[in-house]
Amino acid sequence: MATVTEAPPLAPAPEKKPPRKRGRWTPYLLLLPGLAWLLVFFALPMVYQASTSVQTGSLEQGYEVTWHFSTYWDALAEYYPQFLRSVLYAGSATILCLLLGYPLAYLIAFRAGRWRNLIMILVIAPFFTSFLIRTLAWKTILADGGPVVGALNSLHVLDVTSWLGMTAGDRVLATPLAVVCGLTYNFLPFMILPLYTSLERIDGRLHEAAGDLYAKPVTTFRKVTFPLSMPGVVSGTLLTFIPAAGDYVNADLLGSTDTRMIGNVIQSQFLRILDYPTAAALSFILMFAILIMVTLYIRKSGTEDLV
Amino acid sequence: MIDVTTKNDNTGDVRLTGISKTYGNFTAVHPLDLTVPQGSFFALLGASGCGKTTTLRMIAGLEEPTSGTVFLGDQDVTRLPPYKRPVNTVFQSYALFPHLDIFENVAFGLRRRGIKSVKKQVEEMLELVQLGEQARKKPHQLSGGQQQRVAVARALINHPKVLLLDEPLGALDLKLRRQMQLELKRIQTEVGITFVHVTHDQEEAMTMADTVAVMNAGRVEQLGAPADLYENPKTTFVANFLGTSNLIEAEVDAKSGEDIVLKAGGGKLVLPEARCSAPTTTGGKVLVGVRPEKISLTHADDAGEIPDGRNRVTGKIADASFIGVSTQYVIDSPVCPELSVYVQNVDRDARLVPGADVVLHWSPAHTFGLDAAQDIDAGTEEEAV
Repeated sequence: MATVTEAPPLAPAPEKKPPRKRGRWTPYLLLLPGLAWLLVFFALPMVYQASTSVQTGSLEQGYEVTWHFSTYWDALAEYYPQFLRSVLYAGSATILCLLLGYPLAYLIAFRAGRWRNLIMILVIAPFFTSFLIRTLAWKTILADGGPVVGALNSLHVLDVTSWLGMTAGDRVLATPLAVVCGLTYNFLPFMILPLYTSLERIDGRLHEAAGDLYAKPVTTFRKVTFPLSMPGVVSGTLLTFIPAAGDYVNADLLGSTDTRMIGNVIQSQFLRILDYPTAAALSFILMFAILIMVTLYIRKSGTEDLV
Repeated sequence: MIDVTTKNDNTGDVRLTGISKTYGNFTAVHPLDLTVPQGSFFALLGASGCGKTTTLRMIAGLEEPTSGTVFLGDQDVTRLPPYKRPVNTVFQSYALFPHLDIFENVAFGLRRRGIKSVKKQVEEMLELVQLGEQARKKPHQLSGGQQQRVAVARALINHPKVLLLDEPLGALDLKLRRQMQLELKRIQTEVGITFVHVTHDQEEAMTMADTVAVMNAGRVEQLGAPADLYENPKTTFVANFLGTSNLIEAEVDAKSGEDIVLKAGGGKLVLPEARCSAPTTTGGKVLVGVRPEKISLTHADDAGEIPDGRNRVTGKIADASFIGVSTQYVIDSPVCPELSVYVQNVDRDARLVPGADVVLHWSPAHTFGLDAAQDIDAGTEEEAV
């Protein structure tokens, strides 16, 4: 290459050009399948739904775009209880997931030793069964007069939850508690996995350093471990809250008409009532509501420089 | 084992009695007695896996000893968790808290002890380690040397009775390491706290420490001032691990006054009895040691000019490497296949080239004697780190 006097070594140079040219386009070529997928299955449906949400008409006479934005206000006015309920249920499920998932993720990351992989498999194992079947199983678990309800009843737990309005009488099924339990159960792995990942990344020597600098184990957790696991807490809560807020299967199978979430409303508007504009408007409201909440949450938790 | 010195104030003494640590079948540290006097700079020196870090961690409370007791001053701290011990550690990888800035890292220990107004102390401490400007940066924004100084500041601000340093300079490049060695030594002299420093770098240990304990396979081989260890090694491990030693196998011939006369390869060598750590019965074997820089090299033709009373060995130059300040020769001799000789480049004899016949000679006072029952090569491989 560096030869100046001899001509032959120059020969390979022109050959080198084509691969360089191909190299320049390779990243875009590699992006193409993903971009095409996003366009067909995300961007286009979004545009289509957005247009649906501002259409008027009927199923028989067809719909047309009339920029009828009041569909949004009407939908919000009629279904705000379901919206609030969705946020409440999804929020409760997320908090429960965090409370249940954090100790488990901590255990797997720091204490499990050779059991680590086994416990991880147990966490993921439910995914091998259908979501629907697992949720139906909870119907059996929480069945009236079953052992779980019986135990809760005799421990007077149900008295407390009834008083809180989460259960009714000696039933658990068809109550808010059942829906929140189902949501918690179904989304728990989505909380544990990101938590585990961020806990596992923490250098064990930081715990030793904190202990060496007069921090009791509890303080070490509060001042070192928990702050360092914030990226996992944030992504875990998002991965739990977002799908839980739009979920309708749990409310449908484990709840009653009094526990309908916004997902149930959208589903019935789309599939049973066939009021497409309202259904599309509700979907967009849900999306924007989640977007705003998530943005505020990420701002508040201030994890930019940790993620 | 050996109590080095005793001062009146002993609250900063570290006293280990019969301390040991085993993991399953593996003994990391054999029962060990050690006293580090208040205010001294003490180095635990050894190759990796010799138990030096485990010993340090037992003092810090990060490792529970299998047997024995750890005293700080007169207080038995063996059962105290780390956060209750008045000692602080500078960790090998610094272990700075990545989510806290430099100021908060340094303030961590003070805040944990419930001290509210930390600003002045932290600022003073950051000045001491010359990092006043960096207070609001995160650890990852600093260079290795700066992070190292933060780690020292974070530990020192608590005014521990003892500061433990676990290979704190291992991650730095050579130049920075030399600089930080002097810096740490300066800080230690300034604050007067007991420093226990773990290192595998013999030069580092000798530069910084008042007292060095050489550890090997979970035991302290020898303990003493750096110069003393270097001049009077008691085991082949210490002789080879600290610098380089020429060890010649010899047989005790006779004793004359305070000297021992030995036979080696037909010649005679003289060794002061006080510098021999081996039993000397006539006819018994002894390893005769001499440091390479203590040996003079004379061409065989000039052998007659060598003064009387010096130990002599003949040989042939096998290799010579010019280092700059000195020339390092490898000599093939009947008494020992590879003798090292370092000659200062003052007056270079042009005849001293590979293949030349030479006479090696040195003063008997620079000779030491070791027990020949030991492995003659102990400590040589690890020596190169």
